[in-house]
Amino acid sequence: MSGKSIQQILDDPEFKALASQKNTVSLVLTIAELVLYFGFIALIAYNKPFLAQKFAAGSAITIGIPIAVGVIVLSWVLTGIYIFWANNTYDDMVKRVKKRFGG
Amino acid sequence: MPAQAAQFQSVIGTLNPSAVICFLIFVAATLGITYWAAQKTKTASQFYAAGGGITGFQNGLALAGDYMSAASFLGIAGLVSTKGYDGLIYSVGWLVGWPIVMFLISEPLRNLGKYTFSDVVAFRLQPKPIKTAAAIGSLVTVLFYLTAQMVGAGTLIKLMFNLPYELALYIVGGLMIAYVLFGGMLATTWVQIIKAVLLLGGATILVLITLGKVDFSYPKLFQMVSEKYGGAFLEPGGLISNPLDAFSLGLALMFGTAGLPHILMRFYTVPDAREARKSVFYATGFIGYFYILTVTIGFGAALLVGKDFIMGIDKGGNMAALALAEFTGGTLFLGFLGAVAFATILAVVAGLTLAGASALSHDLYVGVFRSGKANEKEEMKVAKIATLGLGILAVILGILFKGQNVAFMVGLAFAVASSANFPALLMSIVWKRFTTSGAVASIYTGMILAVTLIVMSPTVYIDVMQAKEKKAMDAATEAVTKLEKVIAAPGLAPADLAAKQLELTKAKADADTAKAAVKPAPFKMKNPGVFSIGLAFLMGILVSLMTREKEAEELFEAEKVRTYIGIGAEGASKH
Repeated sequence: MSGKSIQQILDDPEFKALASQKNTVSLVLTIAELVLYFGFIALIAYNKPFLAQKFAAGSAITIGIPIAVGVIVLSWVLTGIYIFWANNTYDDMVKRVKKRFGG
Repeated sequence: MPAQAAQFQSVIGTLNPSAVICFLIFVAATLGITYWAAQKTKTASQFYAAGGGITGFQNGLALAGDYMSAASFLGIAGLVSTKGYDGLIYSVGWLVGWPIVMFLISEPLRNLGKYTFSDVVAFRLQPKPIKTAAAIGSLVTVLFYLTAQMVGAGTLIKLMFNLPYELALYIVGGLMIAYVLFGGMLATTWVQIIKAVLLLGGATILVLITLGKVDFSYPKLFQMVSEKYGGAFLEPGGLISNPLDAFSLGLALMFGTAGLPHILMRFYTVPDAREARKSVFYATGFIGYFYILTVTIGFGAALLVGKDFIMGIDKGGNMAALALAEFTGGTLFLGFLGAVAFATILAVVAGLTLAGASALSHDLYVGVFRSGKANEKEEMKVAKIATLGLGILAVILGILFKGQNVAFMVGLAFAVASSANFPALLMSIVWKRFTTSGAVASIYTGMILAVTLIVMSPTVYIDVMQAKEKKAMDAATEAVTKLEKVIAAPGLAPADLAAKQLELTKAKADADTAKAAVKPAPFKMKNPGVFSIGLAFLMGILVSLMTREKEAEELFEAEKVRTYIGIGAEGASKH
């Protein structure tokens, strides 16, 4: 690919839109994952009694157990959200840009 | 009420015929695959990246097989069974790096690199200094991880089957060299896929039969665990007492995953960024599912087999999962899972060896020594010599560190990966003004800080370097507690009481002397991540701002086209 067509792609509004959308999605999901995990760590460090509460009256299960499992499941759900967005929106945008520039 | 393990006699520690048979089947199958893969491994691209012909789903399984080490299978189940809830913190920590890999790393990595992550960092910077630094970062990570795995392999195999430590290392070393040397990435990938399927399947069966013992009821399982060990066993305990230390550990686990060279190089085995991203989705699912299983396995083992029994076989609790397998499924099932644990070790060390060999041949030899101008044949030859050399070195390291506490080495590998590899990789992808000097400064800062601070931390400075003094201190402290208990107990005759009190004064003095003999660690935290990662980023930013690389900034624009839409990416031109 020549330097000129690279410049054309870079100036292309749809390319600009897809790049900025991708950055936003990555950033938002990364922050969500950081909040999820470090929120869990913060609970362990600062609020052990909260995690030690019983899940339901008469149950031995503490709230901390489903929360720990929940962090794992939600992390996977976040990757699922990304895949869903990328497969349905991002790939189409990429395909369109590539088609117009013959990539 | 399920049967208790009081009369349970374990055959763990004997050479169990069903384990040997299962293991031989695995070896025969994987060597067969290696033979098949060897026919298809002629070029450098095939050797390093299986020719880019692995699908996203296959790579997801292989990533899981590459990542789930024996430490996580046996170690986390053991931690949960002996420490209860605190073990869960590790289950979670080992997983949370994967979404970060997906959102920030996987696609640009695939689009910008060829075989190793240093290709990406060197993409628009000066290749020689970058490739040197990144290759050293990779090698340090790989060698720490590999040593920990080899020592773990020898110890585990001795525990499981009572095979001599050295013999276990020769078997592991010989097989991993065979896989990588002849079958390259293709054989390594399939060994990892088979291992992942066996491990996930085996753990699922173990969980199902364990739940069968408690009428498939989690409330009942936890009710009985809480009756046996008290409610505190299901609550967070003392594992995390210092918030900054906890935060630091979290950072290292999270960003370390995104900086492990053997994981990162797997993204070149898929045809394009789309498949790379898919493979992380599958991998995260498999790994997360597996860590959730380890929770049930851990608590199940605590309930059915018993904490004391598990710690009686191995103090660290590493045999919890296997003891549970034997207790619930008999010797045959134990044999199967034992062979799976062996396969687990093999798949991980093969991946590590391949990553280390690539750093030596692709980054250092071709990229630095030959200025990127070596031909295919020459590169393959060097890669194979590097594989053989690394494999032999791994066995030697395993023998050198026999009987030593190497758990800290996994921590070191993650600390170096998160501090030396990850910051430079991320900044090279996202920051236009990043320069060669900035990258080099960031990599060396992260690496030197991570290693130095861990050596100066209590984990190494006291537990490893002053192991004898520490043991004496622990024994002396325990003697004091014991005496205090005796004195506090009612019904002691006054004469005895006076004698005991005298003994206590002496024991207390002994404990103080023993304590004084242990030199305090210069660095108080167990995990240096917050400093080493933070300073690696800071140095990368400051040095980049002080220098200027016009060419790199211009190339960043071209890189953007490749990062986002994959035009010009290696191997992506097949469509």
